[in-house]
Amino acid sequence: MTFMANGTLPKRPRLIILGNGMAGARLAEDILVLDREKFEIVMFGEEPHGNYNRILLSNVLNGSQDMGEIEINSLPWYKENGITLHAGKKVTRIDPACKKVFADGVVESYDQLVIATGSIPFVPPLPGTDLEGVFVFRTVDDCKNIAQYAKGCKKAVVIGGGLLGLEAAKGLMTHNLEVTVVEYNKWLMSVQLDETGGEILGKTVAGLGIRVRTQASTQALVGNGKVQSVHYKDGTEDEADMVVISAGIRPNISLAKSCGLGCNRAILVDDKLATSDPSIFAVGECVEHRGMVYGLVAPLWEQTKALAAHLTGTDPDRIYAGSKLATKLKVMGVELAAMGMISDVRQGDEVVQYSEPAKGIYAKAIIRDGKVSAACLVGDLGPAETLLGHFHKDTPVPTRRMDLFGGPLPQKLELSLADLPDAHPVCDCNGISKGAICNAIQAGHCTVASVGKATRAGTGCGSCKKMVKGLIEAVAGAIKVDPTESYYVSAVPMEKAILVAQIRKHKLKSVSAVLAQFGTSEDEKSKNGLASLLKSMWNKEYVDERDARFVNDRVHANIQKDGTFSVVPRMYGGVTTPQELIRIGEAAIKYNIPMVKVTGGQRIDLLGVAKEDLPGVWADIGMPSGHAYTKAFRTCKTCVGIEFCRYGTNDSTGLGIDIEKKFQGIEFPAKLKMAVSGCPRNCAESTVKDIGIIATEGGDWEISVGGGAGAHVKKTEVLCRVQSKGEALKIVGRFMQYYREHGKYLERTYDFVPRIGIETLQEIIVNDSLGIAEHLDQGIEEAVKGFVDPWLEREQPVYPGQFSEPIQVGPMYLAGTTA
Amino acid sequence: MSSIAPAVCFVDVCPLDNLPLGMGRAFVIGGRSVALFHRRGGNLFAMDNACPHKGGPLAEGMLAEGRVVCPMHARRYDGITGECDQPGECPVRVHPVAITNGMVRVGIPGDGLASEGAG
Ligand code: SRM
Ligand SMILES: Cc1cc2nc3c(=O)[nH]c(=O)nc-3n(C[C@H](O)[C@H](O)[C@H](O)COP(=O)(O)OP(=O)(O)OC[C@H]3O[C@@H](n4cnc5c(N)ncnc54)[C@H](O)[C@@H]3O)c2cc1C
Ligand code: SF4
Ligand code: FES
Repeated sequence: MTFMANGTLPKRPRLIILGNGMAGARLAEDILVLDREKFEIVMFGEEPHGNYNRILLSNVLNGSQDMGEIEINSLPWYKENGITLHAGKKVTRIDPACKKVFADGVVESYDQLVIATGSIPFVPPLPGTDLEGVFVFRTVDDCKNIAQYAKGCKKAVVIGGGLLGLEAAKGLMTHNLEVTVVEYNKWLMSVQLDETGGEILGKTVAGLGIRVRTQASTQALVGNGKVQSVHYKDGTEDEADMVVISAGIRPNISLAKSCGLGCNRAILVDDKLATSDPSIFAVGECVEHRGMVYGLVAPLWEQTKALAAHLTGTDPDRIYAGSKLATKLKVMGVELAAMGMISDVRQGDEVVQYSEPAKGIYAKAIIRDGKVSAACLVGDLGPAETLLGHFHKDTPVPTRRMDLFGGPLPQKLELSLADLPDAHPVCDCNGISKGAICNAIQAGHCTVASVGKATRAGTGCGSCKKMVKGLIEAVAGAIKVDPTESYYVSAVPMEKAILVAQIRKHKLKSVSAVLAQFGTSEDEKSKNGLASLLKSMWNKEYVDERDARFVNDRVHANIQKDGTFSVVPRMYGGVTTPQELIRIGEAAIKYNIPMVKVTGGQRIDLLGVAKEDLPGVWADIGMPSGHAYTKAFRTCKTCVGIEFCRYGTNDSTGLGIDIEKKFQGIEFPAKLKMAVSGCPRNCAESTVKDIGIIATEGGDWEISVGGGAGAHVKKTEVLCRVQSKGEALKIVGRFMQYYREHGKYLERTYDFVPRIGIETLQEIIVNDSLGIAEHLDQGIEEAVKGFVDPWLEREQPVYPGQFSEPIQVGPMYLAGTTA
Repeated sequence: MSSIAPAVCFVDVCPLDNLPLGMGRAFVIGGRSVALFHRRGGNLFAMDNACPHKGGPLAEGMLAEGRVVCPMHARRYDGITGECDQPGECPVRVHPVAITNGMVRVGIPGDGLASEGAG
């Protein structure tokens, strides 16, 4: 950065970007890449956040991602890049004559202004849209409000069967609602699909348990203060505790109109994205260019690139010539691709179609003058690359038209990838070619995430991530393509959020029931994972099938290399008594236990116990299970603390014992270990535990999470400080429940916490930004209530042979007497 | 000797009810340690109760698609053929199972452990 002699920056032109959404923030990034010094950038965003990926909002609604995960530019990013962001400030007026914009309490002047105000949801003029329980779906706050309200609801109606409506419906499903999607047209997604495609999609959607009502004309939303039903013109009605309206969008152009800029459907711009005022430009969904208004991100990002080149002067002649609309989408797990205008069939056009209704597969292309003018695919994206190639490049279609649909089969992905030309687009959202991705891989970016950082590929809708992976494998030979990676367990092809919703919906309470309904294969890890999930979802209602458990979890002890077992009784907070020690000693003698060892978890391990002796040992020592064999809460180590230690500032043993008594035996996605230390000397090693608590010099408790010291050593990150044991128990429980609900199977907190982000966790757990604290508190209390010491099964084994030694049968002479 | 197939001798093991559904159970049949499995869906199979790898107790293994997963190091053995899923690893010896009047019977080589290698 060049400084003037007096230390201030040289005066640079001021650029104001109005709107901090997908287009506005991307423009700022594009400008910084081309010329960091050119402008003094000021931005306004009505939403009080940084910039987030709007495309992924449905994941926030269905709980599979959090705000932190979809954030693209956090608030500090703007500061680090010298951008002044007025977040949460709505601009109310533009004065083109004085070159100023006004927001509540802020006035900023500009040399150049870019309007990127996006769209607003269209709310049809029906009676009742102002009732409580009626929502639109556009912002992250909308998602939070919908999720919050859904808690008290049973039935939801989504008005609008387009992309957004279906995304909303999917999100609502995960909140355990009966969902009806209402569509005015004859079929779903009528913009992207033709009737046959729409019908196939409709069937698939119905198969997911969503009611679809097409050709339904809504007349009114009815209710007394709160919405209760939706009435249709044909006299019928649907009950609805909540309604989400996603009946289309309208460009947000009121500001532009009122300051006199030329507008039609949206703000009119030329090929340089300039409006009728030469100092004012516009990009995004709020512009109309050559008669087109776009509603997908790929075109917007082409616009911002062109505008950035032009504004910074790096390529002053750069023009934006319009975009070809092509998109690959994933709606509720259904693969879709659409390009061009599928409804635009003219005389002389050739229409080729392929359909396999039983499998929900459909493909259609419209060929005009020997080129693909439009196409849609449902259910199988195999031919997508071929079709997109023809569509984008206007290449002549094969004479054997069938070959259009004969594109690469998914399993041959890697092979066909290698054959693709470097110019072949891989990430359609960002227009990143195969060549650019291969360069990044060769430069050492060998994970999907780091390729994304280097090239942006895969950072839009994410649908090309599989191809990126394939390329990494082809180029670097490192990553293995694993489509099951996003699944909770490999035997059921569903992400955790969807799986949870489906399990709830179908009230599946046992592992065999889930596998029978949704399983595509069977393996022991999946069974274990499902058992853990079902237990945490249903608590006492869970139908516990022992064959879904690993031997340790069947006999509540850890199997040893010689087939014997170990017994680790619970010693709350690592504190024991002479009586316990005597009982342990006596049992060790009585059962001939070969080793008695102090563990790294502050308790005692009896190793080498025969399976048939387990019930006897447990009964004789008379202590509850320490769960040292399972994916559950293990120990809470403590130090002596204030009671004896001359440095202790608070009662660490007391809190550790309270914690262990309360949360003992609760199952988690992976094992969970805790510690409480009485002062910052941290003798209980609290900073390398899943949850660690340290008493501060002032006597507060500092709670930190996400540490571990096994195969990986990782220090915890601080969640918050609290003043009382009661508060500590509350926060710990809340974190535990959030981890139970959102952790992937076998994901320790040292991976989970960085994945969610500590700031996000603070927001959710401490500040209750999602309004789910009460729900989390209830969830963990239920789990606490559901605790039963598994060692009590000693009194009544739950299946034949659980604790018995092998039964001797048959005449002994069979046993090799001839030898 | 090798021209004479070792006679299989069926031994009554236990009533079907004594076999937990979806799991294995260990027996010593005529001195031979055998793991007997009861798949969900009904069929039964039996194999030696010692993993060829390091002797893991296969009766404690989980079942997945008709294979037993050893509780020690997760090698998988086919319930019908005894083949291991890892290339080049020894199969486990399997034994025929029959049910007669609700009684489960397992066929054990008549020459017992001495026949190992001959059959
Ligand atoms: C008994 C004990 C060692 C000891 O004699 O002290 C032990 C024994 C085993 N540990 Fe451990 N760990 C023991 C404390 C620890 C600790 C220290 C602690 O808890 O403070 C750690 C590091 C802390 C941590 O987890 O962050 C530890 C990190 C591991 C790991 C690595 C986990 C990781 O994610 O990196 C494994 C492997 C795993 O879980 O997959 C493991 C796995 C095992 C298993 C269960 C391996 C197995 O599957 O058989 C061992 C069982 C031995 C047996 O035959 O019974 N053990 N293990 C300790 C029992 C503590 C207790 O009272 O419950
Ligand atoms: C749930 C959902 C799913 C989607 N899925 C896809 C998809 O899969 N693929 C795809 O290509 N597209 C998808 N889209 C569409 C895509 O998100 C939009 O095309 C894109 O966000 C438009 O970008 P934009 O910057 O023009 O508008 P926006 O992203 O809406 O940004 C406009 C910003 O301007 C701010 N603003 C407006 N007025 C003012 C004011 N007066 N003062 C200050 N700030 C103001 C707004 O707060 C907003 O943050 C989806 C949209 C939604 C809502
Ligand atoms: S470190 Fe843990 S897992 Fe490894 S041998 Fe020791 S007890 Fe077993
Ligand atoms: S002992 Fe069975 S796999 Fe190692």
